Amino acid sequence: MKHLSEYRDKKLVQGLLEEINHTVTKPWTIMEICGGQTHAIMQYGLDQLLPPEIELVHGPGCPVCVTSLELIDKALAIASNPNVIFTSYGDMLRVPGSNSDLFEIRANGGDIRVVYSPLDAVKIAQQNPDKEVVFFAIGFETTAPANAMSVLQAHNLGIGNYSVLVSQVCVPPAMHAILGSPFNRVQGFLAAGHVCAVMGYWEYTPIAEQYQVPIVVTGFEPLDILQGVLMTVRQLEEGRAEVENAYSRIVVYEGNKPAQEVINRVFEICDRNWRGIGMIPKSGWCLKPEFSYYNAELRFEVSQIKSVESTLCIAGEILQGLKKPYQCPAFRTICTPEHPLGATMVSSEGACAAYYRYSNYQQNE
Amino acid sequence: MSNQNPTIQGAVCPVPLAHKDKIVMGHGSGGKMTHDLIAQTFLPPLDNRILHAGDDAGVVAGSELAQNLSDSFRLAVSTDSHVVSPLFFPGGDIGRLAICGTVNDIAMMGAKPMYLTAGFILEEGLDLEILERIVASMKSSADEAGVKIIAGDTKVVQKGSADDIFINTSGIGVIFPGVNISGANAQPGDVVIISGYIGDHGIAVLEARGELGFTSNIMSDVAPLNHLVEALLHVAEHQVHVLRDPTRGGLGTTLNEIALQSQICIEIEDELLPIRPEVSAACEMLGFDPLYIANEGKLIAIVNQSVASDALEAMHNSPYGKNAVIIGKVKEAPPKRVLLKTRYGTRRVVEMLAGEMLPRIC
Repeated sequence: MKHLSEYRDKKLVQGLLEEINHTVTKPWTIMEICGGQTHAIMQYGLDQLLPPEIELVHGPGCPVCVTSLELIDKALAIASNPNVIFTSYGDMLRVPGSNSDLFEIRANGGDIRVVYSPLDAVKIAQQNPDKEVVFFAIGFETTAPANAMSVLQAHNLGIGNYSVLVSQVCVPPAMHAILGSPFNRVQGFLAAGHVCAVMGYWEYTPIAEQYQVPIVVTGFEPLDILQGVLMTVRQLEEGRAEVENAYSRIVVYEGNKPAQEVINRVFEICDRNWRGIGMIPKSGWCLKPEFSYYNAELRFEVSQIKSVESTLCIAGEILQGLKKPYQCPAFRTICTPEHPLGATMVSSEGACAAYYRYSNYQQNE
Repeated sequence: MSNQNPTIQGAVCPVPLAHKDKIVMGHGSGGKMTHDLIAQTFLPPLDNRILHAGDDAGVVAGSELAQNLSDSFRLAVSTDSHVVSPLFFPGGDIGRLAICGTVNDIAMMGAKPMYLTAGFILEEGLDLEILERIVASMKSSADEAGVKIIAGDTKVVQKGSADDIFINTSGIGVIFPGVNISGANAQPGDVVIISGYIGDHGIAVLEARGELGFTSNIMSDVAPLNHLVEALLHVAEHQVHVLRDPTRGGLGTTLNEIALQSQICIEIEDELLPIRPEVSAACEMLGFDPLYIANEGKLIAIVNQSVASDALEAMHNSPYGKNAVIIGKVKEAPPKRVLLKTRYGTRRVVEMLAGEMLPRIC
C-alpha cells in the first residue's frame, strides 16, 4: 500500500538493525511514549529484533489507559441518563469504571454510540434536538484539535444540546513526572509522532536539557520506530541529550499552528488525574470559562462523584520495570489470562500476559 | 511538594469487566465472549455427544437415525440466525447471507447440503417490497448452491421488538462415506489454505452502515461454498482434514478454534495473507486488524502437505476459490496457539477476538 509499504520494507529494516547493532555498546532503556508505537512494536515483533542491550519500556501514551476512574464513573452516570445520547471513541466502551462499563449501560438501555469524529457527535445533536448529546472528549494533544473544534462548531451553529466530558492530557508533563520519579529508569525517549504533528517539538528542548535525556520524535511504522531507536542510541552512546526529529515527513518544529489556535481558543491548562500515575499538575486541558456552557460535568451535576482506584495489582511496578511478573505472588496462581487480576495480564500486549504465554511457549519448544 | 513529584504507578490499561449478568453486544461477536457464552450457558444444560464436537454442523451417524442404517451414512445438521444491518449491502443482502451461512456450515463438514428451512421474524411495518426482494435473493442463492428450502415459518413482532427482519435457516446435508472432516483433525505437517481475500464482507457492511466516513468499492464476498468443497474433495478426499469458514471473529478467531480443537499450533505468515489494498487501507485508518474481520464466502482448508498443490489447483479452477493461497502450516507446539510469523522473521501470538471489535483511538 502506497505510503505504508515503503516504511515496512524488509531490506531497509535489516539495514537499520545492522546500524543499531554497530552503534550500541552498552545497555540502554528507551521509552516509547505512545500506545500506537507499543502496538506496532508488538505487531511486528520489533523488540525481538533489537540487540539485547536495548530495552524498550512502554510509556503512558494510551489515552484509554490513563483516563481517570473518576471521569469514567462520571461518563457512566451521564450515559445512564435516559435523556442523553452518549457518544465516544470506540475503545472507551470496554474501559471499566468502579462498578460498570459503557457496554453494560448500553445493554441496560443507555443510548451509547461510537463515533469516529466528535463532529459526528455534533451532527447527532443537530438531528436530535430533544435529546442531550454528550461526547467523551478524551485523548492527548492528538485528539484535542478535533475535540475543541466540535465545541466551536456547536457554539457557532447555536447547538445548545451538545456538551463534552473533557479528559484531555498532555505528554510533556507526564515526561516530567516520569523523569522526576526517584525510580526512573528511562534514559531516552521516542516522542509520539502524532502528538508532535499537532504541537511541534519545541516543548521538548527544556526537558532534554533539564534531565539530560535524548528525545527523538518518532513515527509508527517499523522503519520509523527503528530509525527513532537508532537516533536515540547514537545520542546515548555519544553522550548527547538533544531533541531530534525522525518523523520529518509529518512533523515540523512549530507543529500545526491552526490546530494549536483551535486548542487555545477552547481549552486552558489544568491539573489532571492520570489513571495508574496519579495527579500531575498542569498536565491537561479543560474548557475555558467562556465555553463552560458545553461542560458536561457542570450540565449533569456529576461533581459529587469521587472514585478511588484499587491498589490490588502490582501492574504499575511491573510497567516501570521495578518488578518482573514472576515476582508477583499472584502470577500464574490466581492471576491468569482467563482470570486476570490486573491490566498487564489482560491485554495481549501486557507484560504479564506476554510472560505467561512466552514462557509456556518456550517450555513447549 | 508531593504534587511536584507524583509517584508513578505506571500506566495501566484497566481490566475489562467480565459481564456476568447481562447480554452485551460482545456476546455476539464470534470471539472469546461468544465462546464463553456457549461454553458456560448453552453447553452444560444441552450437552450431548453430537453438540459437544463443536464443529460448524452436528454430524449424525446412520445408526442413530435407524437401526438398519450403517454408520457409513451420516448427516450434517446446522442452524444459523441472521441479523445484519443494513439489510442490503454491496455484494449481498440478508437473504443471500441466510442461505449461504447455513449451506457453508454444512459444507464445512464435507457434506453435500440438501435441504434448508427458513424462519422469519418480521417487524411490524416492514415494507412488503423489501421482503419480496429478500425472498427472491434467497431463491437465487439456493439455486446457486443447489439446495431446496422445504419448510418455513413466519412470526411478526411489534414495532421496536426486532430490527426489520431476522432470518433463521437450518439445513441438513449428506456426508458421503470416506469423508472425515472436523476442526479436531488438523495434524502437524498439514498446510493451511485460505480460499481468497479476507475481510471483504466486514468492511463492505461497515461501509454500507456509513460507519467508514469514506467510500470504497469493497463488495461483500457472501457466497455458497459447497461447490468449492466438492471440487476440493474430488481431488483430495481423504487428505482434507479441516474445513471451516471464518465468519464472525475472522480468520484469527477461527484458526484459534481449530488450534484448540486439534490441540496443535497453527503458524501463519503475514506476507502470505491475501488482503485487498482497499480493505487493508480501511483497517489501517480505523485501527482494525483484518485478521478479525468477518468473511462470508471464504474457507480455511487444512490439508495434508502431499495434496497441497492439487488442492490449490482445484480451488483456483472454481469461481469461489480463484485467489486461494497457502498461508501457513500446522505444527506440534505450542499446542492450542496461533502464531503469526512477520516478514522480519519475528513471531507473535494471534489471540481470539476478545469481544466486540472496536476502533482504536491511537
